[in-house]
Amino acid sequence: MVPARRCLLSLSSSSSLRPSLAKAFVSASSSPRSYSSPAAPTTKRKLNLPIDLNASSYLAQTPQQALSLPELPDSVKSSKTKRLNLYQAINDGLSTILETDPKSLIFGEDVSFGGVFRCTTTLLDRFGSQRVFNTPLTEQGIMGFAIGLSGSGYTALPEIQFADYLFPAFDQLHNEASKWRYRSGGAESFNSGNLVVRMPCGAVGHGGLYHSQSPEGFFLGMQGVKVVIPRGPIQAKGLLIAAARAGDPIVFMEPKILYRGAIEEVPVGEYELPIGKAEVLQKGKDVTLVSYGTLVYTCEMAAKAAKEKLGVEVEVIDLRTVHPWDKKTVVDSVNKTGRCVVVHEASRTGGIGESVGAEVQERCFLRLEAPVTRITGWDTPMPLVFESLIVPDVARIFDGIKRVIEY
Amino acid sequence: MRPVLRARIPLTLPASRRAFTPSTLRPGIRQPPDSDTVRFPGAVESKFTHELSFHRPQDVPAMPTYRFINAEGVVVDKKSKLDIGKEKALKMYKDMVTASVMDLIMYDSQRQGRISFYMVSAGEEGIAVGSAAALHDEDVIYSQYREQGALMYRGYTLDEFMSQLFANKKDYGKGRNMPVHYMSERLRLFPISSPLATQIPHAVGAAYALKLDNSPNIVMCYFGEGAASEGDFHAALNIAATRDCPVVFLCRNNGYAISTPTLEQYKGDGIASRGIGYGIETIRVDGNDIMAVYAATKAARETASKRQKPVLIEAMSYRVSHHSTSDDSFAYRAKVDVEEWKRRDNPITRFRKWLEANNWWSGDEETALRTQTRKDVLRAFTKAEKESKPAVREIFTDVFKHATPELQEQREELRRIIEAYPEEYDLGEYDGGKAGI
Repeated sequence: MVPARRCLLSLSSSSSLRPSLAKAFVSASSSPRSYSSPAAPTTKRKLNLPIDLNASSYLAQTPQQALSLPELPDSVKSSKTKRLNLYQAINDGLSTILETDPKSLIFGEDVSFGGVFRCTTTLLDRFGSQRVFNTPLTEQGIMGFAIGLSGSGYTALPEIQFADYLFPAFDQLHNEASKWRYRSGGAESFNSGNLVVRMPCGAVGHGGLYHSQSPEGFFLGMQGVKVVIPRGPIQAKGLLIAAARAGDPIVFMEPKILYRGAIEEVPVGEYELPIGKAEVLQKGKDVTLVSYGTLVYTCEMAAKAAKEKLGVEVEVIDLRTVHPWDKKTVVDSVNKTGRCVVVHEASRTGGIGESVGAEVQERCFLRLEAPVTRITGWDTPMPLVFESLIVPDVARIFDGIKRVIEY
Repeated sequence: MRPVLRARIPLTLPASRRAFTPSTLRPGIRQPPDSDTVRFPGAVESKFTHELSFHRPQDVPAMPTYRFINAEGVVVDKKSKLDIGKEKALKMYKDMVTASVMDLIMYDSQRQGRISFYMVSAGEEGIAVGSAAALHDEDVIYSQYREQGALMYRGYTLDEFMSQLFANKKDYGKGRNMPVHYMSERLRLFPISSPLATQIPHAVGAAYALKLDNSPNIVMCYFGEGAASEGDFHAALNIAATRDCPVVFLCRNNGYAISTPTLEQYKGDGIASRGIGYGIETIRVDGNDIMAVYAATKAARETASKRQKPVLIEAMSYRVSHHSTSDDSFAYRAKVDVEEWKRRDNPITRFRKWLEANNWWSGDEETALRTQTRKDVLRAFTKAEKESKPAVREIFTDVFKHATPELQEQREELRRIIEAYPEEYDLGEYDGGKAGI
């Protein structure tokens, strides 16, 4: 009881006290307020150093960087940008959807006042209580209600307060939303295509068992639903807008540690990023590093260390859509590098890494020079004080890269 | 755990931001010192009492069961006027009979192995037809699986029933669902799925959509008393009430959920007593009295449409049939009880008595109807049985709006297997055979 309460108090108070939440991300491994045990005294560390998101090349730090992204439409390339963090970009994306689609609506637990992570702030005032409203506290009800709306031609944007609490709605998502189009023979209206369920996910430094989960692996067995995990504000906005228009039910998992931590220049205009496409974040010829969400920044640091200490050039891929994930981009990369390391926060067994490992093995067998290696959370629940020993860090990813190189 | 957590977060927000939210704009609840009324936000109408007493369910009389005509077909509700003219009454009667005739034929055909599965609605035809007859054509229907009479009244044809049951290429579900999982976009009959009660929150979402559309239409949602034990029932009724959704929930309480009698399903006064707890207007009706079901549904529809409120109807009946073709109900109940129910009260015979009393129906017409219905059903049956199954490619379509690369690859893999081992696969019954992939 007490730790759960404190974890969020500290999350939200730290957010309002320190707007640059790159530090919140950092604090998970270095702050004395962190509930996780440091792996070693900070002073001697060479790899597991604080990660400064404000310095990441995977976030657009300048308007020029933001507007030069090749996937943006021309109309947006000449527009302006705004400095937004992840929750503000989600808010921007949601408000774009509500503005452009009069039949779209947002609902869930506590979304009216702006949401416990501020993602829906001001939307009620702008779009009215018919379109932005609280529901009773029932995840299965929220999901079922959303499916009914979607089948009636409305774009339903339900929120599950934490991915950890998705499970009461699993039946609705798995047996209903994912199968509606299929069991209805592709009928025009009998589908859940206008459904995007948003949920905060991932470790946050002190979330314990039920405010830390990364349940994306469960979706690998759920056909008919797509799962998207953005790594930052630009992606969040573009993927969210695309998800609302994609015609398939989409689970949109938002790494909550990045809500205030990941800040970048976000194009002001309306744009979509492709669902189902991975993004190559940096080119390399020796190892393919596959990840998504929060851990791409840890991968960035590990790749940098590998370059400095081992002279290894790592190709880093952000899956963006984790189910079904972009096999072509990954396979093309591994066929070039001959080595593959998959990194995720979720448990190893049943995780995305299993799928990537098996597919790469089948598709790149003759090119593989080392076993596909997975750097993941352990097969345990997420215990409060041990988080930093569970979430993959720079040292573990570096070690993975080293192992596949030396194999 | 969670409520504590959820409650804490808003408190950390700056007060200025909170001022914009509607929940904080509500006037404060103040309580004068000598007030005899509770002003706790969770129950503002409650009075204080100095008597320590628990409210015992057994002290509340069971909700009465509304009847319009009695078992002899005589009108007992002299006050309500029903707009059932001869034409409508005969359609209602014929649809009940057609549903029961189709049930008998399809039950036997499953026994002969000609379809894979079937569920009859014997004893519940009055609930299905009576409620559907009170709806408007544009009202939306979400059903469980034992409401074929409602679909029939709406206009679902025998050909459509048979195509679904035989899972042939004319089946809207492309042969993917078990029999009895009907649907029709044309008639706004939402697709039936096997997981129980999942359709109840769907119906509420659909009703909210109608509300936003400013539509006069409503959603009718059917389920059994067993399904009402699912969490989705609770979730749905609660959302329907809090969002004021124009939906009529119709519970068919037929005494059994497969083998489980209601005594093991719930301890309260049926399903109806729960409606009140959710703040939903509720009525219990005699499900063997098609007129009572019609009258209640019509009034409920009015409430849902005009006042934009959900309504709950609990229609009492008895499942005289087996649960499905996979069930032998005499393993858990006495045959004599079932025979007794069949003899004592039946929605079809009861309504027929009323029709005959009005001189709207005769023995000769009855014989002609049954002969003709049997012929019609068998004709549709034969036609559907001869139709080919959907093309093999339909395995892979409609999973997503557009086929993913994975699905395209897997379809190619199946094609390769079929070509490599042609003698292992007989695709003659599928549309286009081998070329259908």
